[in-house]
Amino acid sequence: MKKITIDPITRLEGHGKITIFLNEDGSVANTYLQIPELRGFEKFCEGRPAEDMPQITQRICGVCPEAHHMAATKALDELFHVEPTSTAKKLRELLYSAFYVTDHTTHFYILAGPDFVMGPDAPPAERNILGVIAKVGLELGVAVINTRKQNHWIIQTVGGRPIHPCFGLPGGVSRAINEEERAKIEEIAKSSVEFAKLSLKVFDDVVLKNKKYLDMILSDTFTHRTYYMGLVDKSNKVNFYDGKVRVVDPEGKEFCKYAPREYLEHIAEHVEPWTYLKFPYLKKVGWKGFVDGKDSGVYRATPLSRLNAADGMATPLAQAEYEKMYSTLGGKPAHYTLATHWARLIELLYAAERLLELSRDPEITSPNIRNIPTATPDEGVGIVEAPRGTLTHHYITDERGVIKKCNLIVGTTNNYAPLFMSIKKAAEDLIKPGVKITEGLLNRIEMAWRPYDPCMSCATHSLPGQLPLEVTIYDAQGNELKKLSQGIP
Amino acid sequence: MAKLKIALYWAASCGGCEIAVLAIHEKILKLAEVADIVFWPVGMDFKYADVEKMPDKSVDVCLFNGAIRNEENEHMAHLLRAKSKVMIAYGSCAYEGCIPGLSNFYNRQLTFDRAYIETPSTDNPKKVYPQTKVKVPEGELELPELYDTVKTLAQTVDVDYFVPGCPPEEKTTWLALEALIEGKLPPKGTVISHSIKAVCDECPRKKEEKKVKKFYRPYEIIPDPERCLLEQGLLCYGIATRGGCGALCPQANMPCTGCYGPVEGVIDQGAHFLSALSSIIDSNDPEEIQKIIDDIPDPAGTFYRYSLPDSLLRRARIK
Amino acid sequence: MDNFEPKIVAFCCNWCSYAGADLAGTSRMQYSPNIRVIRVMCSGRVSPLFVLKALSVGADGVLVLGCHPGDCHYIEGNYKTMRRIPLLKKMLKQLGIEEERVRLEWVSASEGAKFAEVANNFTQTIKNLGPSSLGPSKQSSKEARHGQT
Repeated sequence: MKKITIDPITRLEGHGKITIFLNEDGSVANTYLQIPELRGFEKFCEGRPAEDMPQITQRICGVCPEAHHMAATKALDELFHVEPTSTAKKLRELLYSAFYVTDHTTHFYILAGPDFVMGPDAPPAERNILGVIAKVGLELGVAVINTRKQNHWIIQTVGGRPIHPCFGLPGGVSRAINEEERAKIEEIAKSSVEFAKLSLKVFDDVVLKNKKYLDMILSDTFTHRTYYMGLVDKSNKVNFYDGKVRVVDPEGKEFCKYAPREYLEHIAEHVEPWTYLKFPYLKKVGWKGFVDGKDSGVYRATPLSRLNAADGMATPLAQAEYEKMYSTLGGKPAHYTLATHWARLIELLYAAERLLELSRDPEITSPNIRNIPTATPDEGVGIVEAPRGTLTHHYITDERGVIKKCNLIVGTTNNYAPLFMSIKKAAEDLIKPGVKITEGLLNRIEMAWRPYDPCMSCATHSLPGQLPLEVTIYDAQGNELKKLSQGIP
Repeated sequence: MAKLKIALYWAASCGGCEIAVLAIHEKILKLAEVADIVFWPVGMDFKYADVEKMPDKSVDVCLFNGAIRNEENEHMAHLLRAKSKVMIAYGSCAYEGCIPGLSNFYNRQLTFDRAYIETPSTDNPKKVYPQTKVKVPEGELELPELYDTVKTLAQTVDVDYFVPGCPPEEKTTWLALEALIEGKLPPKGTVISHSIKAVCDECPRKKEEKKVKKFYRPYEIIPDPERCLLEQGLLCYGIATRGGCGALCPQANMPCTGCYGPVEGVIDQGAHFLSALSSIIDSNDPEEIQKIIDDIPDPAGTFYRYSLPDSLLRRARIK
Repeated sequence: MDNFEPKIVAFCCNWCSYAGADLAGTSRMQYSPNIRVIRVMCSGRVSPLFVLKALSVGADGVLVLGCHPGDCHYIEGNYKTMRRIPLLKKMLKQLGIEEERVRLEWVSASEGAKFAEVANNFTQTIKNLGPSSLGPSKQSSKEARHGQT
């Protein structure tokens, strides 16, 4: 069987490899997404003091360390049976909101945005942040850099360091903020709200008003009907930092809602021998393979999932955008994978609004930021929404708080089966007998996984803009038949 | 003047070092004026085959981050070394092993057993483990072999410079990039940082006398914001860690964790910290000393938090 | 292993334990030949690094011998040793190396007999434990970089 390998896939956190097997007639027999790495956190955290976990586990991902830091810190609260102070909770959520602003900005403008803003068929040389700036204006590029820079300043001020913060402790945070810092955070939050509004306008002007893109979003090639998962607050509104995990079925009905410590009743992970990453699925539905539908335990945990699983957004501007999106897409839940980019921008707006709200909270500068734990630690689960999906940390310790066992279900992992399915469907729909395999076609296959925002940011101003890609086709004996390449000097 | 050719690659890493390169913010424009990035999987779509096609030593500098954990990492280290004039171990993973290096307390089998069999959410009744070669109905799939022991970059290829930190702070990154841009690289083997001294040198906290009768876990006390954290009984690694980061963590009221690696001239960061810490224990009575030592729940994990692969023993011995 | 002859490194301080070892020798006391003595000025000079280095290049056991507490020629040196070695042993255990492979003892200049007794006793302990699982290791990357051995 002929085999097409894309190795490595790029603009992704970590490493991945796509292998497409072709039948004799040129149609796709099957497609595999393999993840070729494992670092072993679930093992080497054994023996470590629990309070080290926020700092150790955040090295799972340097783009979203704040997510791991926060999930770990919440797990520590439960582990040590200590309630954080009210100010500490607000500071944690404030930092978390600033983090969401940086992360979603990075993903939309630098990683996946160019596909949309420039279009999937745009010349590869323009399909990058430079092209976006040329099309929409240098002012926007400067706004992107400044938004990231300013919000990273917030992360450093509240969390200690701009990358890999250090402030999480059971019962609170390590550092309070003063009035001067608070005022600056408020100013940054205001301009972040404006920036988010601007980003949604960019999306509206460039994507929604373009029928070709809208058709692509609504096309069946990029649609899957799955379950959707997200964290919701007491009013079932989206919340990144705290709440219960809610799952809705492909028709939008609530399927289950669980507190962090109940996660094992609902989630299990399937193993395949050809990849190091596992496939989470809904236990009560069961693992039926890489298929859609109500009878398959496959679920998605992405920005779109969060909006699908919730009843609305907790801030007014984001709520208005939420309603607009669903009325455009024809109701809830929305199954269009590419609409995840839109949902991401709505979350960007919510994060900025929430940042502003918290910066104005009268308690935010209080020095009362720590409760000292007194109970003996034993077991704790902490769940937050990482930008890429629901993140679960589960620790069991001895009576001294030294980790005995640790279990982690990480954001993108939730989406491994859906990623696989999206790539497979795109490959099957686009690679047909007789159809020439072009760079545009290969890019459309890549567009199938980019909405999931695999965990990495990219790009500098010196992107060459080509999509250098090499596809090698082998015959059944493994002889090289043909090599297609683009953008390779 | 021809533009510099720069390659960036990540082995077993978290991606934080990629974000750290971006953290130079506007200075990236200066870099773009003088350099072309010819390989950067996180941000560009050049493939391994493109690197293989490059003439040897055609890349001016490779910023390599991440530890060497599997055969793909090792292959890329050798490949990029051949293609690059200058090889820089960027960030703690490449320099000392960093957090992935903690895997050297265990081995591949123990790691696999935990990940694929024992974890409570895993559903694997047939005890399937990932394999390096797997036959599927359509053909064969391959995975790179995972090693038992994590290695540093310098244990794999010849390294010219080291940029410390997990990740390197913006000013440390720029120090290295500026040296590259201006062609003013220091002697081979230099660890590039603003400081060769310990973090204490940069830390604004008041230092009096270091005599500790009890060590505390960070959640047990609310430390005095002005005074040295080590003097207050927190396991602050600053005394045995290279400075250059600005002592950010102590200023956030958290003890330094040691991410910039050892002070200049020190071979084994963990042993160095152990020695220094022992000196300040305020007791000459063996029983009392033992009690104070018992306050430290995880000496090896704390002292070798970032540097286990680069330590003298490199890994734990497993029976 | 029947013919396992442990390789033991003994760091002896110049003023007390080295003199004690000398006395054992001049008094023709029998003690196991497995001991390789390295003289240091004070047991406080024995960095944990020395112990790790000895183990990593193939020592099956390491002895650290110093003056009795209160008798240190440099007043406080042996107190520092008293604090370092227990912490080092706790760390070694985590690294899979039996705590019994490192021992701290006080031997004065006049205690030739004690030196011999410690040497014999420790050699037997190591014989019972068996060879260390650390073979001679390659030079660490740092040593290669700094040109140290």
